Amino acid sequence: MADPVPMLEARDLARHFDVSRPFLQRLLAREERRTLRAVDGISFTIPKGTTLSLVGESGCGKSTVARLSVGLYGPTAGSVRFEGRDLAEARSLADQRRRMQMIFQDPYASLNPRWRVKNIIAEPIHAFGLVKSKGEEENRVAELLTQVGLSPLDGEKFPHEFSGGQRQRISIARALSSNPEFLVCDEPTSALDVSVQAQILNLMKELQQRLGLTYLFISHNLAVVRQISDRIGVMYLGRLAELAPAESLFKRPRHPYTRALMEAIPDLDMTGRERIPVGGEVPSPITPPSGCAFHPRCPLANERCKRERPEMKPAGDAMVACHAVEEGRDDAMPMPAIARTAA
Amino acid sequence: MSNVAPLLQVKNLRVEFPTRRGTLVALDDVSFDIAPGEVLGVVGESGAGKSMTGAAIIGLLEPPGRIAKGEILLGGRRIDNLRYEEMRRIRGKEIGAIFQDPLTTLNPLYTVGRQLAETMTTHLPIGPGEARKRAIEWLEMVGIPAAAQRIDSYPHEFSGGMRQRVVIALALCAEPRLIVADEPTTALDVSIQAQVIALLKRLAREKGTAMMLVTHDMGVIAETADRVAVMYAGRVAEIGPVREVVKHANHPYSAGLMASIPPLDRRVERLAQIDGAMPRLSAIPKGCAYNPRCPQVFDKCRTYRPDLINAGTTQAACWLYDTEAPRG
Repeated sequence: MADPVPMLEARDLARHFDVSRPFLQRLLAREERRTLRAVDGISFTIPKGTTLSLVGESGCGKSTVARLSVGLYGPTAGSVRFEGRDLAEARSLADQRRRMQMIFQDPYASLNPRWRVKNIIAEPIHAFGLVKSKGEEENRVAELLTQVGLSPLDGEKFPHEFSGGQRQRISIARALSSNPEFLVCDEPTSALDVSVQAQILNLMKELQQRLGLTYLFISHNLAVVRQISDRIGVMYLGRLAELAPAESLFKRPRHPYTRALMEAIPDLDMTGRERIPVGGEVPSPITPPSGCAFHPRCPLANERCKRERPEMKPAGDAMVACHAVEEGRDDAMPMPAIARTAA
Repeated sequence: MSNVAPLLQVKNLRVEFPTRRGTLVALDDVSFDIAPGEVLGVVGESGAGKSMTGAAIIGLLEPPGRIAKGEILLGGRRIDNLRYEEMRRIRGKEIGAIFQDPLTTLNPLYTVGRQLAETMTTHLPIGPGEARKRAIEWLEMVGIPAAAQRIDSYPHEFSGGMRQRVVIALALCAEPRLIVADEPTTALDVSIQAQVIALLKRLAREKGTAMMLVTHDMGVIAETADRVAVMYAGRVAEIGPVREVVKHANHPYSAGLMASIPPLDRRVERLAQIDGAMPRLSAIPKGCAYNPRCPQVFDKCRTYRPDLINAGTTQAACWLYDTEAPRG
């Protein structure tokens, strides 16, 4: 945090989607317009060379944040700044655009099946005019393939000749081909088998160290996130519930949702032990609950939680949006087993 | 549970897929059994044959896949060679199936109540009135609030977690003796996943139902299964009690697989990884299929294929545990 200009800074970022039915149907059914608040006012910064992870269940808005962070969506409100510059402005400049890239979840859908791997990887090199000659381009593609643990000869093949893990390596090579500094990774390992996931996570860590990359890492898997993050944001229904340094989040989770989430994860040491499920389900982001969105499932909820939406407030080295934590009522909820064993 | 007669026995099962370029062997010499009330977890990477084993048991192999060798016995009776109609009666009545995606299991045009009632009137000696009453009871049992009102809802009116519960109710309502659950919680969020697993475990225990649980989520296996079978390239690499396989695996592949799971309770600098990838069915190496990736490989592994042998706490298909012939 010593660096005064973070790689990415989001301030009160929001993205709403209009999910109303067509005008005539709406008129006939006398319905209001319906707005889905996928992301509803979140702020975070990512210092250079570090990894911020966003975790949460499906529908919490984490992938929308990923897309907002590289400009695939424009914000409804709030701002994203890329190295101090407004993201929309940075996106309009090729030499800035080149510095940010994205890796997607599904390596089967994100590679053009009719292109040879070498052309897939070379496309950003072309688009940004990064090389002067054909020979230089070939060398660069070979270098990138080697960097992600594939053979330079693999460039001649087509994507279908590779397994899921190898395809994700190709996606990473393509993302790295424009020499980016900031990578947004949206669930890069969730479509992969666990043994392959370990390969990709190790590769991503190595590349970060070697190239000084900054990551925004999106995942629903807390164990994965613990291995790769410097800081972690826990999202619930379009808002951040808690934002904390990685180890601190696991040693002392503060928000009741974070604790419930950790308690709900199956763990290898849990043979024969019953998990304590979080009751209920994630409510619809179209009609979120009043006050704190987590209150219908929260064991610590009281009148204030139903009425008033909590803002992010500092608690130790974390930021937490919870009235119970602020008022010191959170001791009523036990720490999850993971945090207890770590302490 | 070894003193109880097994409910399901799979013996030397071999599944082949004839293709233009020759026959692919998807499952080769797979054997295991499941006792009543027991949960057998089946794990492995995608393409290892986990789902294929489940499909073979419920008689729903995708053509041109076919059982080329071996037997499947349910309660001592062979079910692998039955006609389609006979097998259809067994599915639902004796074997319940739960698949990963609840949307493809439920018929979107019928209410959940109708689907449940139809399953029960087909397989149980009860009338429509009784079936409807029981359908409400089942929905309550799987934890659907206001079941009496929601019974007339269509699948799309339920959320993902609720739908998967409906699928579970559907699989259980004819009170089968065996449940084949293929990735039942993979499409669900952790909080919902925990609810569904707790439910499955409780029902299996209360009704004495045997369950084959196919998943790649080792956490789910650890807390649900009694025994685990680890599959690799169409064969069982190791089988044994869940605690042993998860914590002290004997087969180098199972050990590598378990080690590559990111730990939740600590941060490690570098995760243990298995280099390389599982071979394709068309290019399974000679000898032990795992030998090119195995850190403990020796000469014999490259030539001879190991069968399951006693490895102390578990059974492993690995020459390291062969006491007859020494290494090399």
